[in-house]
Amino acid sequence: MTATLPPPARAPLSPKDYASDQEVRWCPGCGDYAILKAVQKTLAEVGARPEQTVFVSGIGCSSRFPYYLATYGFHTIHGRAPAIATGVKLANPDLDVWVITGDGDGLSIGGNHLLHVLRRNVDVQILLFNNEIYGLTKGQYSPTSRPGTKSPSTPGGSLDHPVSPCAFALGAGARFVARSIDTLQAHQVDVLKRAHAHRGASFVELFQNCVVYNDGVFDDFTAKAVAADMQLPVVHGQPLLFGPGGEGRRGLRLLPGKLELEVVTIGEGGITAADVLVHDETNRTLANLLVALAPSRFPMAIGVLYCDPAPSYEREVHQQAAAAGPPGSLHDLLQKGNTWTV
Amino acid sequence: MTTASAVAPPPSRESRERVVIRFAGDSGDGMQVTGSQFTLETALAGNDLATFPDFPAEIRAPAGTTFGVSAFQIHFGANDVLTAGDELDALVAMNPAALTMNVDDLRRGGTLVVDTAAFTERNLSKAGYAANPLEDGSLADYRLLKVDITRLTEEAVKAFDITSRDAHRCRNMWALGLMLWMFDRERQATVDWLTKKFAAKPAIAAANVAALHAGHAFGETAELPSQLGAYTVPPAPVAPGRYRAVSGTEALAWGLIAGLKAAGLERMVFASYPITPASPILHTLAALKSYGVITFQAEDEIAAICAAIGASYAGTLGVTSSSGPGIALKTEGLGLAIATELPLVVIDSQRAGPSTGMPTKTEQSDLFQAVLGRNADAPLPVLAAATPADCFAVAIEAVRLATTYMTPVMLLSDESVANASEPWLLPDVAQLPRFPVRFRTDPAGFHPFSRDPKTLARVWARPGTAHLEHRIGGLERSYDTGHISYEPDNHERMTKVRAAKIAGIAQDIPLQTVALGEDRGALAVVGWGSTYGAVQQAVREVREEGRAVSHIHLRHLAPMPRNLGELLRGFEQVLVPELNNGQLVHLLRAAYLVPAEGLNQITGKPFKVSTVAAAIRERS
Repeated sequence: MTATLPPPARAPLSPKDYASDQEVRWCPGCGDYAILKAVQKTLAEVGARPEQTVFVSGIGCSSRFPYYLATYGFHTIHGRAPAIATGVKLANPDLDVWVITGDGDGLSIGGNHLLHVLRRNVDVQILLFNNEIYGLTKGQYSPTSRPGTKSPSTPGGSLDHPVSPCAFALGAGARFVARSIDTLQAHQVDVLKRAHAHRGASFVELFQNCVVYNDGVFDDFTAKAVAADMQLPVVHGQPLLFGPGGEGRRGLRLLPGKLELEVVTIGEGGITAADVLVHDETNRTLANLLVALAPSRFPMAIGVLYCDPAPSYEREVHQQAAAAGPPGSLHDLLQKGNTWTV
Repeated sequence: MTTASAVAPPPSRESRERVVIRFAGDSGDGMQVTGSQFTLETALAGNDLATFPDFPAEIRAPAGTTFGVSAFQIHFGANDVLTAGDELDALVAMNPAALTMNVDDLRRGGTLVVDTAAFTERNLSKAGYAANPLEDGSLADYRLLKVDITRLTEEAVKAFDITSRDAHRCRNMWALGLMLWMFDRERQATVDWLTKKFAAKPAIAAANVAALHAGHAFGETAELPSQLGAYTVPPAPVAPGRYRAVSGTEALAWGLIAGLKAAGLERMVFASYPITPASPILHTLAALKSYGVITFQAEDEIAAICAAIGASYAGTLGVTSSSGPGIALKTEGLGLAIATELPLVVIDSQRAGPSTGMPTKTEQSDLFQAVLGRNADAPLPVLAAATPADCFAVAIEAVRLATTYMTPVMLLSDESVANASEPWLLPDVAQLPRFPVRFRTDPAGFHPFSRDPKTLARVWARPGTAHLEHRIGGLERSYDTGHISYEPDNHERMTKVRAAKIAGIAQDIPLQTVALGEDRGALAVVGWGSTYGAVQQAVREVREEGRAVSHIHLRHLAPMPRNLGELLRGFEQVLVPELNNGQLVHLLRAAYLVPAEGLNQITGKPFKVSTVAAAIRERS
């Protein structure tokens, strides 16, 4: 009995095998280096075949990413990577496509395309590097900058309200929403592997520190001194606990009588581990509550916040095309309908 | 000898060489369908023909208003027909608004059919009539046939179990039936079409068929004023073969599929965003999925071109389509396709502008945009379709240039060529050109911008090919390695190479020929795109008067055929008729330093033959 033959084997690849021969040109200390490393490690761990893998990016610091990977890569135009990636998947659904974008690229000039690639559920992994600033154009505030951000274009502080990338993704109908932090190497790799395994559009917000224009903007939850207290790593089926272990460990529960979360401390006021909410990544309502948590009142939720797969767009498009019938001939097409002979 | 007879003889039909008729009514009256069915029956009768659908941008404008009038014109004849006709021999006006908007185009002595029931005080006032023109003698110049089409239709369909609204909607088929009788056409294809269209509503199908037959029978049996008569138009002597009626939109869609097959590609991704008048191409291709077509209705014009670029990058044929304002939005994407040297076909169905302009009216005003309208030095080939059937060949040529030269190609159509239709001698599919794509698979010496020394096209290496993994993008790249490069000399070299690649296409397209007349003389009339018919007919007429005039019609607008300058210099004068404020005339003067002058019409309507002919006579 014969089974389908596996693809021609290439020797297992290590993370460095996914590095291209191009010199990396980000600023020293940029969070992008750590993300690049995590992506290379992820590719190695999932056994990605370089010839089947395509990285598509827009414009901005993050969008240089494809040049540094030894896969197929397309550095496109500002904000449009999701649309180009959609075309790639429509042309060849078997390709493994990653979209690399940033807060300006993905949520300002390209907000419309991000909305639609998510709602269509095209099977791509979208990594949005959020540094809350425009780096490549030298430090203007971005759509994720907090109110009052001083920048060359907002010397008196920015006035407009920021967009939350994960809330946007959920609102757009994304079926996979996750978060990680540039400095958390192992956590990032776990999240990226989950994103890769997910069929359909997977959206990952990566908090990325811009050392030049917005250094330390995430210190309220990433600085070593506060990290344990201010990060909530969510795991499906596990209680939403954070902070140091043992007595005094904190968790989240639903505030009785309200559709809100509150922080509780185990052992205080009769609170036990059983009172703490258990993470259910298929629960969209819970995901909406988790993405809204922010320091200083709450920890920052990271990990897979929401995952509830549905058939991907390009697969359904091709199924519909296949159902249209066997390949037709041009001759028959032209002869169809009303013709006459002279 | 006299013979007494109880039965009146059948009306003797007067034979006509050519006839122009127009159906006009409310946009909800089904005039486009009526015209299309008349076209089909006329094509099946073996006449040559050309059509001009003219409809408002409003989908259902308030009933009875002048801005809601929709019309369909057809010119058919016993010899070749090149335009939809300058003036009407017959006009069907379903209401006063349709009458007032169209009657000026009816020639003196022409037949005017009106539905008297629609000439109510309210409708007359909406159309701006102070008095009823059917009664005040103002239509004395025409052969007026007053028929209560509404009542006759209602009587014809009363046996069927349908609503009075549906009964009223059969009026157009009654009018069609009468006109089919008047011009001696069959009805069967329309019966078949109605039966299929209303398959789910058999009563409505049967009522429409009954109305059609009733209109026909009215002509046959009613005591029509004898001077209205009945006509016949003999078949046109045409090349033997199998024919069908084809619209520009259909020919374009089929041509893209033919191009796909000629290139040996399995799949086309057609990505588009709805816009008038380009949307019908999307609709046509969406129904042709078994021919290797994937259609994608994108979220906007930008996403549409970007998805097409992504599809080409992945090794299929990317195609996008729009009209002027949408093409403007695609401009940055065009720059990316030029910089990354990916094949792409971009169809521009031009309309009257700028901005929203007049979306359902025709114009040729995107030529500058197509040839010149991008930032930086960013050349691409530009083609234009001359007639509905020509769209087929031009689409194949667009695919050939895109895949052979790894470049986006702009194909200019327009509102009139897209919606018009004409008989088409079906090509022998086996004889169509072949230009198979060769994807790069050999890793030896590979870099993504290595070029064919003859065409200067870069290699096409699609994702999925082992050992050819590479990165491309909008940043300038090294001529020698394909890697990012900011080297000053390299940028100049790459700019020149991109330009030379496109300019070199002139060596790979036919020499410009003269469409009619000698290749030198007193006056060359140089047209492009949908003005073909009007210019050709006008030149024919003035040549019959003995004038030394030739017609040159351009398909390739960038690069232009390599002999064009020499050809134009063989004429003392060059006249360039265009439906814009002077664009090709400017390009010709700039390229060849010839004393070309423009004949420009910017009314949203096609040229009349008489307009072009008069301009020629002034100069010859």
